[in-house]
Amino acid sequence: MIKFLLGRLMQGILVLFTLYTITFFLAKAMPGEPFTSEKNVSAETKANIRKLYGLDRPLWEQYYVYPKNIITEGSLGISTSKGRPVKDIIAQSFPNSLILGLCALGFAVGIGIPIGVLSAVRKNSWVDWSCMGIAMIGICVPSFTIGPLLQIYLAAHLPGLKVAGWGSPQDVILPAFTLGLVSAAYLARLTRGGILEVLSQDFVRTAQAKGLSPSKVIIKHSLRGGLIPAVAYLGPAFAALISGSFIVETIFQVPGMGQHFVNAATTRDEFLLLGISLFFGFLIVVMNLIADLLTGFLDPRVRIADNPE
Amino acid sequence: MSLLEVKNLKTYFHTRAGTTRAVDDVSFSINKGEIVGVVGESGSGKSVTCHTMLGLLPSPPAKVEGGSVTFDDQNLLHLPLPILRAIRGKRISMIFQDPMSCLNPYLPILEQVVEPILTHEQTSREEAESRAIEMMIKVGIRDAETRARSYPHQFSGGMRQRAMIAMALVTNPDLLLADEPTTALDVTVQARILQILRELRNDLGVAVLFVTHDLGVVADVADRVVVMYRGKVVEQGSVLSIFENPSHPYVKGLLACRPTFETKYRILPTVEDFLHAEEAKDGSLTLRERPNAMERLSNLENKHDPKDFRREPEQTLLEVKDLKVHFTSGSGFLRKTRQTVKAVDGVDLSIAKGKTLGLVGESGCGKTTLGRAILGLVHARSGIVRYDGAVLQASDMRSYRKRMQIIFQDPYASLNPRLTIEQALTEPLTVHQIGSGSSDRRERVVSLLEEVGLSSAHLLRYPHEFSGGQRQRLCVARALAVEPEFLVCDECVSAMDVSVQAQVLNLLNELQESRNLTYLFISHDLSVVKFVSDEVAVMQAGRIVETNEAEALYRQPKDPYTQKLLDAVPKSDLKELRERQRRN
Repeated sequence: MIKFLLGRLMQGILVLFTLYTITFFLAKAMPGEPFTSEKNVSAETKANIRKLYGLDRPLWEQYYVYPKNIITEGSLGISTSKGRPVKDIIAQSFPNSLILGLCALGFAVGIGIPIGVLSAVRKNSWVDWSCMGIAMIGICVPSFTIGPLLQIYLAAHLPGLKVAGWGSPQDVILPAFTLGLVSAAYLARLTRGGILEVLSQDFVRTAQAKGLSPSKVIIKHSLRGGLIPAVAYLGPAFAALISGSFIVETIFQVPGMGQHFVNAATTRDEFLLLGISLFFGFLIVVMNLIADLLTGFLDPRVRIADNPE
Repeated sequence: MSLLEVKNLKTYFHTRAGTTRAVDDVSFSINKGEIVGVVGESGSGKSVTCHTMLGLLPSPPAKVEGGSVTFDDQNLLHLPLPILRAIRGKRISMIFQDPMSCLNPYLPILEQVVEPILTHEQTSREEAESRAIEMMIKVGIRDAETRARSYPHQFSGGMRQRAMIAMALVTNPDLLLADEPTTALDVTVQARILQILRELRNDLGVAVLFVTHDLGVVADVADRVVVMYRGKVVEQGSVLSIFENPSHPYVKGLLACRPTFETKYRILPTVEDFLHAEEAKDGSLTLRERPNAMERLSNLENKHDPKDFRREPEQTLLEVKDLKVHFTSGSGFLRKTRQTVKAVDGVDLSIAKGKTLGLVGESGCGKTTLGRAILGLVHARSGIVRYDGAVLQASDMRSYRKRMQIIFQDPYASLNPRLTIEQALTEPLTVHQIGSGSSDRRERVVSLLEEVGLSSAHLLRYPHEFSGGQRQRLCVARALAVEPEFLVCDECVSAMDVSVQAQVLNLLNELQESRNLTYLFISHDLSVVKFVSDEVAVMQAGRIVETNEAEALYRQPKDPYTQKLLDAVPKSDLKELRERQRRN
């Protein structure tokens, strides 16, 4: 187990380093530099600023200094557009995205999985067809359509719901719904497929031959195996949910991390871009690991054995 | 009064393609403490009968069209589901064919064995668990207390089937429906499972309905036999009466087409020699006996050991010296120590030209790996393979492929589903540049098809349009396309019904004569191996423990393992049956 975790840690570091390399060179390949658009600044000042941020140094040195600073100082660099440490920007915006993401996830799991199970149990009935139809719509309709629709038809009429803003607890409802809808739809489809797969297997017939009730056959014998595809999807999906969505956060005015993704790119803010990308990569690596551990918990066959027979 | 009575049972499958009469007017009964064998080939409706009784068939497409299954004065077919559920697993239990797929991989064994008790009885969990463990010990699971909490994948095949039996018997049922319970198991494991079933019948008085395709197993374990063919019961009676004096042509054919240790002739009779089946447009079936089948059969028998016809001076075609194939697992970055599996661990063998060497052994003994290593399909760690005087090198294997071919176990998996038969058979010709131009190649393909009993009408069809036996003929034809001298037959009849098996074995024997082929015939079935082989090698744990001329090896096995294997084969000759009858 410890060896497995160590192995995954090494893998994770490798993934993050590769991610850093690609992002770094892509950022450098973009035309211009962080301060090229500052017009009212003399060439001398510009040179000073470039020196301050270390942009005057040779490429390979810049490439090497950034990870070195992460390890030695725990610093993700300083945002060129905001003039603040990237770490502080993440620390300030990430909690908002995290809360929003967690709520969206809770909504996706709470709605998607039961609908998937229901569809599987009532396979090829009108219940199944309508559930899967709704799920398909959930996948197809983009959040910039759902969001405004919710604002117009719900937020404007229901007391306590604001069209946009971030302050009181109920403000999380609409953005979480919008953000979680696609995941809920995917989860419903994955769960349905997973459960149907299990229900077609021989051991389900064994369970029926034992005289178990239909509900027990589903809950005890099918759910565990049927959830494995959903769990595998949830790992990276969770990372994507909590790292913030530019569209949803913009629509509902949530001060989350999503906005910085786009802003960093448009303002040529290299360090913010690198920092956020790495943070996002880190989340994905961790969530995938958790999903794998959870799969091992669900399926004894993939469990990592310390002492094989 | 009988414990369970099936009367005029009809189960049909209604699909878009039409109606299949899977079970068509089937009647039989089973008494308390009796073991009744239901025998039939695939598609005979034996499993469907079993599943219909407990209402386990998915409906649609299955539908019970008539008849009754009386158990305890109740017709099981008309019971409301909750009441039927109280009978399932409590009064009537079931064991299935494949213990791996039929046990839930996500739950510990103990949890699954306890389940029937907790479902049907008001018992505390502790008591249920101790009863479950007790039953597991009874069916021969060693260290049941400690191993009960393992998962199915941590059990061997035989142990899984035992767990399955324990699970079925833990509630002390009156009737056990066993659907091919030993088919997936090695003979020695099968022998132990059959022994356990007999003991349980004697000790607990459980009645067993034993469904199988294997006549030998039925003869070994059952008191009475019901023979099914295409949804109908064609004959039933005591084991001895069926084996001694079968009256239905299908049963006669089935008994005759099965190679046994006593089979002396080189061409097996087939079911078609005895039976002519005519299917009417409405799906009903007329079975007619072919006249003087027995006469023709006795002609075959009179040709005693026609293998003598090949009394030429022997010339060694293939020689294997100290061949080793090792597989390593768990290698790689930051992993625990490597484990080496010695699949083939120093094997010597030789095959004379025009002869057949049978290679027998249980699953996992390395026989398949050995066959593939000889052909260079897996990398040998060390050792020499000498073919026709020359040592085979990996570099010139390509040219040798023309001379050495292989036929695999599963003819469906080894034919590309997206190629027509013509494409599949032309491919080896093109690869080895045999034949001049496409018309010549087509001619060759047609003559190949005719040689294996098919015709040019089949050229444009795809593999899924053929039956299992025909598919294996196609694989044989494909292997023969390059005109090889040596064929490795890797369990090539193992997945087949006995009647189809007889046809393929006959084909192999005929081809051997006409083309002077040399075979390495790999199988787990000792009777089949004896039938086809001149010499037999017995393999265990990567080594060959005994090699001898076939007759001598079966008559006087020298190695204790060979002895054990031979003892485990269910005996169905009349002498043994009569003896058993006397003992009981």
